[in-house]
Amino acid sequence: MSVFINKDSRVIYQGFTGQHATFHAEEAIKHGTNIVGGVTPGKGGATHLDRPVFDTVSDAVREAGADVSGIFVPPQFAADAILEAIEAGIKIIVVIADGIPVQDMVRVKRYVQGHDAVIFGPNTAGVITPEECKVGIMPASIYQPGRIGVVSRSGTLNYEAVAQMTARGHGQSTSVGIGGDPINGANFVDVLHAFNEDPDTDAVVLIGEIGGTQEVDAAEWAKNNMDKPVIGFIAGVSAPVGRRMGHAGAIISGEADTAVAKMNRMEELGVHVVRNPADIGETVDQVLKQKTTVHNSNKRVHGEPVES
Amino acid sequence: MNIHEYQTKELLKSFGVPVPDGRVADSDASAAIIAEEIGGERWVVKAQIHAGGRGKGGGVQLANSIDEVRRHADHIIGSRLITPQTPAAGKLVQRVLVESAQNITREFYLGLIIDRVCQRITLIASASGGMDIEEVAKTSPEKVVREAIDPAIGLPEFQCRKIAARIGLTGALMPQAVKLMRSLYRCFRDKDALMAEINPLAVVDGDRLLAVDAKMSFDGNAVHRYPEITSYRDFDEEDPKEVEATGHGLNYIALDGNVGCIVNGAGLAMATMDAITLHGGSPANFLDVGGGASPEKIANAFRIVRKDPNVKAILLNIFAGINRCDWVAEGVVQAMQKQAISEPVIVRLSGTNYELGQDILNKSGLPFINAADLDDAARKAVDAVNNL
Repeated sequence: MSVFINKDSRVIYQGFTGQHATFHAEEAIKHGTNIVGGVTPGKGGATHLDRPVFDTVSDAVREAGADVSGIFVPPQFAADAILEAIEAGIKIIVVIADGIPVQDMVRVKRYVQGHDAVIFGPNTAGVITPEECKVGIMPASIYQPGRIGVVSRSGTLNYEAVAQMTARGHGQSTSVGIGGDPINGANFVDVLHAFNEDPDTDAVVLIGEIGGTQEVDAAEWAKNNMDKPVIGFIAGVSAPVGRRMGHAGAIISGEADTAVAKMNRMEELGVHVVRNPADIGETVDQVLKQKTTVHNSNKRVHGEPVES
Repeated sequence: MNIHEYQTKELLKSFGVPVPDGRVADSDASAAIIAEEIGGERWVVKAQIHAGGRGKGGGVQLANSIDEVRRHADHIIGSRLITPQTPAAGKLVQRVLVESAQNITREFYLGLIIDRVCQRITLIASASGGMDIEEVAKTSPEKVVREAIDPAIGLPEFQCRKIAARIGLTGALMPQAVKLMRSLYRCFRDKDALMAEINPLAVVDGDRLLAVDAKMSFDGNAVHRYPEITSYRDFDEEDPKEVEATGHGLNYIALDGNVGCIVNGAGLAMATMDAITLHGGSPANFLDVGGGASPEKIANAFRIVRKDPNVKAILLNIFAGINRCDWVAEGVVQAMQKQAISEPVIVRLSGTNYELGQDILNKSGLPFINAADLDDAARKAVDAVNNL
């Protein structure tokens, strides 16, 4: 199993015939993704990558049964494309565009309320369930099927963490990018919730950044709702106060926003916090070994009280 | 994108927010002429820089005569103003705003932000005006009123009345406050602002609301929609290296360490800086080359990083997804050949077309230092600086 997308997902790309979308759609198809077509307004009726092109998302839903969309249109048109996907009844919307005006997203978030749709991004590398479905721009070769859920704001830091995990034999159930923007779709808690429900996810790696409270909120939620271990890293220990570090969301505006403050708080809440970004894979390894030991020792004691 | 106080007031006025009479001057002579045109008996001369706390640094002066306006303007223009928010060396003042001085009886705070938690535009108001609102929020949070605005209906009058009543803008002031809040919101929404602040929002002459000081910043991803806002950009207020980097599609932020960093992706760029710090080093900058970086873009990144005289070694860390290691490697070779780089260059490549990239580097015969992974790269960069 997996979360959000799998081999049965019926995927379209919006902005399908563009250079960018074409390249990534080809990559996704090679990876086994069931791309059922795409949308480019004005090119409806054409065929692209042996798949139908539709004028509107509604057409793609009606005629091709699409339920997942990757938004590959330029940032200034992206909000409109997301609204179109929501209105058409798409269930999973992955927004790759980087640079969508913040207020556009405020309106999108208002509109999605009451609709049965989940948005990932904007400014995400995408979502991938290895060897089943890839909606995004990540290099598929570093992912391998497995039982660890991954959720991150940053794309390339996600690659870094995943490569470290895969090198140690820990594959991924699904890897989810929630994007680096201040106003985004699904947050860390939403994704943890899904991983917690997924019987084929054993542990979750959560990769956050300076700025905002999402990571600490997620740690709090995990403490109250999850038995699965959560391994966490926050980028930006060396970031200065008040400077925006690339991602529109990555800015330290108060004491609680700093990487150290966030990591300390997460640790208090029971997250296995990794202090060095080079140690993410190693920590996953250790936590899983601990978990196995605990399970085994539980079996041995067979219900007897455990000394603490 | 930040703009000056005089620009903010010009813009807010066009949306119906009442502001003091005043104009901007770039010389003492024009300051005096403006004061005469405004008339009255007292004026304020305010330094125009993108930093708060100007009063504390002597950048806001009261004048009781035209001659005094001239003297203050002469003193402030061309000086370097140091405030708690400027760099230690201060900021060069090129213009002053000359306004009629106000007879203030009460001061309030009014602001709009985009709240990440509720994911909406949120109005913040307080009866403790003229003070640092973050300080007020920390010491007496009960004095700060917040109202999230539903984008589907905007800011309705009842919500403005509710806020006004809670901060004590009652009686004849309430309808003025409602109109002012709605004007401010319209401006914020119609121009894709990220932050707007009127502090103080003052009651003058006993019965009139006036935005005595105001500050706004705008969404860099949306300013292309509004040429008039774009024209407000003041390049003198920005780090020239950062401006040049933006021109090349690079996201560069100068820091004070000595390991130059060239990375793809903001998260990995921060993590790379962190790894350097963990190994006892200190990053000289944040630099994100973005996606699909051409060899030229990589070479430009080297050039910009090396403009910082503190840089003693350069660490390039690329985990290519949408990027290509071969293009990156070509960029490294171009930079090392054309820029006569004497600093040690540490290269860590991974991801798309890794083998091709590594091959280009190996065949170049150039003296770069190869790193196997992030940790190795950070350690080698710090070692390289320490061994110089």
